[in-house]
Amino acid sequence: MSGAAISLRGVVKRFGPITAVAGLDLEVPPGICLGLLGPNGAGKSTTMRMLTAQAIPDEGAISVLGWTLPGESKQARAEMGVVPQLDNLDVELTCRQILTVFARLYRVPPDARAGAVQRALQIANLTERAETRVDLLSGGMRRRLLIARGLVHRPRLVLLDEPTVGLDPQVRQELWSLIGALRAEGTTVLMSTHYIEEAERLADTVAVMARGLIVARGRPADLVRQHAGEQTHEVYGPPARLEELRAQGERAGWAMRRSGPALAILHAEQHDGTLPEGVRRAATLEDAFVVLTGEEIE
Amino acid sequence: MSEGDVARSSSLAMSGGRKRHGRRLHRIEPKAVLGVMSRDATVFTRNWKTTTFSSVVEPTIYLLAFGFGFGALITSIGGLDYKQYVGTGIVATAVLFSSAFPGMYGTFLKYRFQRTYDAFLAAPVDTDEIVSAEVLWIGLRAGVYGNVPLLVAIAFGLDPRPTAVLVPFICFLTGCAFVAFGITLAATAESIDNFSYVTSGILTPMFLTAGTFFPISSFPAGIEAIAHLNPLYHCVQLVRDVVVLGVEPLADLGHLAFLLAFGVALWRVAIWRMRKRLID
Repeated sequence: MSGAAISLRGVVKRFGPITAVAGLDLEVPPGICLGLLGPNGAGKSTTMRMLTAQAIPDEGAISVLGWTLPGESKQARAEMGVVPQLDNLDVELTCRQILTVFARLYRVPPDARAGAVQRALQIANLTERAETRVDLLSGGMRRRLLIARGLVHRPRLVLLDEPTVGLDPQVRQELWSLIGALRAEGTTVLMSTHYIEEAERLADTVAVMARGLIVARGRPADLVRQHAGEQTHEVYGPPARLEELRAQGERAGWAMRRSGPALAILHAEQHDGTLPEGVRRAATLEDAFVVLTGEEIE
Repeated sequence: MSEGDVARSSSLAMSGGRKRHGRRLHRIEPKAVLGVMSRDATVFTRNWKTTTFSSVVEPTIYLLAFGFGFGALITSIGGLDYKQYVGTGIVATAVLFSSAFPGMYGTFLKYRFQRTYDAFLAAPVDTDEIVSAEVLWIGLRAGVYGNVPLLVAIAFGLDPRPTAVLVPFICFLTGCAFVAFGITLAATAESIDNFSYVTSGILTPMFLTAGTFFPISSFPAGIEAIAHLNPLYHCVQLVRDVVVLGVEPLADLGHLAFLLAFGVALWRVAIWRMRKRLID
């Protein structure tokens, strides 16, 4: 036992001919927020489901909070909170009723249940909506209620599966504040996302996942420096000109990626004086991500 | 704060965490089962009118239609007034309607569309507990709803024996078995439309061959033999015995044992099928 809050070693999960997770090794130390960043289909949600034993690995070993999965998953689930990607709230119930049911499921003692529900409502800023039925809540409120539901028992570990997917920017900001507060409290957070900005803003450490494996891991700034350098040089022009430039770059060994209407040349600081006219900007996590996964991201 | 710093500052909290928080959680825990049932009970406080209406009105209509319709043509069966015969038999129909259908449709909606069970499984609740809670909750409801036709029959002159107090228990036991049957089908069906096959091909024949409206001895020998394997038939016989005919210890223990065996077997099958559905 390594003392990690989460440990996955050589984990493989197949669905028929498809290998969703292909020998994953991942350790999450206690007290950090780790962002699991990857494109759709990278295996993030399958990994999250394996951590709650809703998916059983075909190979490898998983432990969560010191409990070995899947045999001791129930003990692990008692000490963690899960915020799913898909809304699975009971639409007929009110916020308070849902939280009360889950406080009970999480074994919050009867005399502490009302207080725990009130606290969760406050955290999610839903106190005034406590008696509102879920089907009358906005999308953002429902996401906040999902988070409140995962926190009602004060978990030591929180799993957030794409917590802001499909939400408008304002609601996303609200949820980021909420997740930021969790980080500040020292709760261990594992957050899967395919939003670069989300990982950059919230995660102490980012693990980039592609094709069922972790392809890089580190602090966002370190990942950018290591995989995309200090600066990126964007060259704009007609497609034929950019293709020509790409061929030239391949011959010269430049690291490049398409960036909307431009060709972005990475590690630009290493090629000063040899690059065509363009716009210089600081390298970003998105640059590093594309280099690592070969895929564009939102 | 770097990853290493955070890890160090939290390592104290983690070390020994297993001892501090450590507790064995067993496969089927009453607290988890009651927790899931509390969700069902909370939902019930909102939809009890529709649930009760659909579970009670249909069998009551059957009772009134057959009891008074056929009752005018058939005076008695096996020494029993026909109204008494149907009044006791229709209890099993009420149990079937209030257990198998919620077991099928309710469960299918919860796991396929509302993903309610996914939410439970993220908490310290296992499939065994979810299925057991659903069986108990809907079984309890069936234990209550099953009595309604009997109360209607009493209002129309049925004079029950004191042993009729056992009817809620018989309804509960039969109800649990049919919920498990419904959950098994829900966990097996690929689409909600598949339930039409079950309703027409299994439940309707089951309810017509239970001895509710006429004795199964009226059937040809082969069908009669099959009807003896119909759990609803055993429910009808038990109810008829405790309400009007009088308890026959050996025969009624046999009926009880059949229902119990059917229920336990289907409960285990329902857990197995639902686990296959919910756990990848």
